[in-house]
Amino acid sequence: MTTLDLEAKKEIGDAPVSSSVRSDRAAIDQQDRDWENGTLVGRTVTINRPRQDVYLFWRDVANLARVMENVERIDKIDDRRSHWVVTAPAGRTVEWDSVITEDDPGRLLAWESVEGADVRHTGRVEFRDGPPGRGTEVTATIVYDAPAGEVGRILAKLFQKEPKIQARRDLRRLKQFMETGEISTSEPPDAAPRA
Amino acid sequence: MRALTWHGKQDVRVDTVPDPQIVNPRDCIIKITSTAICGSDLHLYDGYIPTMQAGDILGHEFMGEVVEVGHGNAKLKLGDRVVVPFTISCGSCFFCEHLQFSACDNSNPAHKADMSEIAYGYPMGGAFGYSHLTGGYAGGQAEYVRVPYSDVGPIVIPDGLEDEKVLFLSDILPTGWMAAENCAIEPGDTVAVWGCGPVGLFAIQSALILGAHRVIAIDHHPRRLELAKSLGAEILNFEDVDVHEALAEMTGGIGPDACIDAVGLESHGWAIDNVLDMAKAKVGLATDRTHALRQVIHCVRKGGRVSIPGVYGGMADKFPIGALMEKGLTVKSGQTHVQKYSKQLLEMIGEGKIDTTFLISHRMPLEKAPDGYKMFKEQQNDVTKVVLKPH
Repeated sequence: MTTLDLEAKKEIGDAPVSSSVRSDRAAIDQQDRDWENGTLVGRTVTINRPRQDVYLFWRDVANLARVMENVERIDKIDDRRSHWVVTAPAGRTVEWDSVITEDDPGRLLAWESVEGADVRHTGRVEFRDGPPGRGTEVTATIVYDAPAGEVGRILAKLFQKEPKIQARRDLRRLKQFMETGEISTSEPPDAAPRA
Repeated sequence: MRALTWHGKQDVRVDTVPDPQIVNPRDCIIKITSTAICGSDLHLYDGYIPTMQAGDILGHEFMGEVVEVGHGNAKLKLGDRVVVPFTISCGSCFFCEHLQFSACDNSNPAHKADMSEIAYGYPMGGAFGYSHLTGGYAGGQAEYVRVPYSDVGPIVIPDGLEDEKVLFLSDILPTGWMAAENCAIEPGDTVAVWGCGPVGLFAIQSALILGAHRVIAIDHHPRRLELAKSLGAEILNFEDVDVHEALAEMTGGIGPDACIDAVGLESHGWAIDNVLDMAKAKVGLATDRTHALRQVIHCVRKGGRVSIPGVYGGMADKFPIGALMEKGLTVKSGQTHVQKYSKQLLEMIGEGKIDTTFLISHRMPLEKAPDGYKMFKEQQNDVTKVVLKPH
């Protein structure tokens, strides 16, 4: 069981943990895992592509730099480890190493940051078949500790104040890229997102 | 290039702005040969649609010549003459696959989609020149425009069909057609149409083609009512008659089988509910004036169909939910799924079954566009459609 197999499931029926209106939802694991403040972000998106395709795109984590707005680059260290460099305001970056802790091909990926990360976090993404002919439902759930001090302030800005906003924008881009091969934009080329 | 830009309520200007560029592989750039001012542009002009930004290029009814094509677009080639649907649609999401093109899940950029997701529960698709709720895409009242997903939307026009015959495939013709289609017309049906603007007039034409026994058109501008009559509708001037009583009497006491609200959120007239709506809109308590829609729901027969092509953006007060439920009405609405109708309507134009050119009352160069807006707004009786020529 990873951190995010939350016991809370039984308290909120069949709805995903991330839709809870309780602000202390992520606190469930805080004792066990010693989270400072354990902010939980979650979001589901349906992608009109086969489940295996979506899983494989995500499994090659370097791909995520193409759809995540603030990720400058993701360097593969080995099959399970990667180094993330994320752009922050004022020309700064935050960095961490991430390790895949669970890999159920076509169904589930879980990861966590390793000791010394600028932003300590753990996440999981589940891939489920939608109703017949309706593509793949992708649910991403992330718990992170917003660090105190300057890095924390940068991070708050980076995650657009409400972390859920960044997650839904990044998942929209993932969906756009996987369904259309492009990332939609109304900006001129120099200001447009990469694809 | 030169383009018509929005700067505030009833303040539009022709400015020099940067030329559009290809951004994504499926884009193309079009040199605009004809572009029209839409009735719904007046909602922007009057400041009813939120999320406009100073400098936004307006215009979502346009056509022209393909002058640049992205490397991922295998459908279009340089020199093609195309009409561009106002809805931007990716062609590969669930909604596009189900021909609900205006609900495209991908065309509204990720960071713009938040606004309509918050306002409506789920984000709207992208559209040209129609605020940042629909993506903030530059519109086509300009010399050139960038068309995203241009292997899905634009329809190539065969030689021999001049601009004015096909321009309205971009919006108002399919919008009128879908409005009539949403009436699920059966033999013997009477269809009543509120508003004889461009969409209302095309809805009248479409309803008759789709087999309506009668169409009754409602407006107060004599010139527009005349046009409705020339298309085969019976007409009512709401300033002269009690609309409900007239419709009931004209339909043997039963009421119209289907009613179309081709008016939308800036309903005219001085009925009590409308004056209240206008007062509330002015102090920001409500956004949409819905007198026409209330009357539509009141007048339609029991078990009848209500079709709403008229644009609404916000909340409505005093909505007649009782009449809707107790009479068992079916309501269909939505921004037009333009791409679903392009081919069929182009064929009907080519065969001479549909004529749209009767609508055009004024033609002017792009530089005169601000005058065009003012005239279209203030002289609705005479100005039925303004077509701009940017080159």
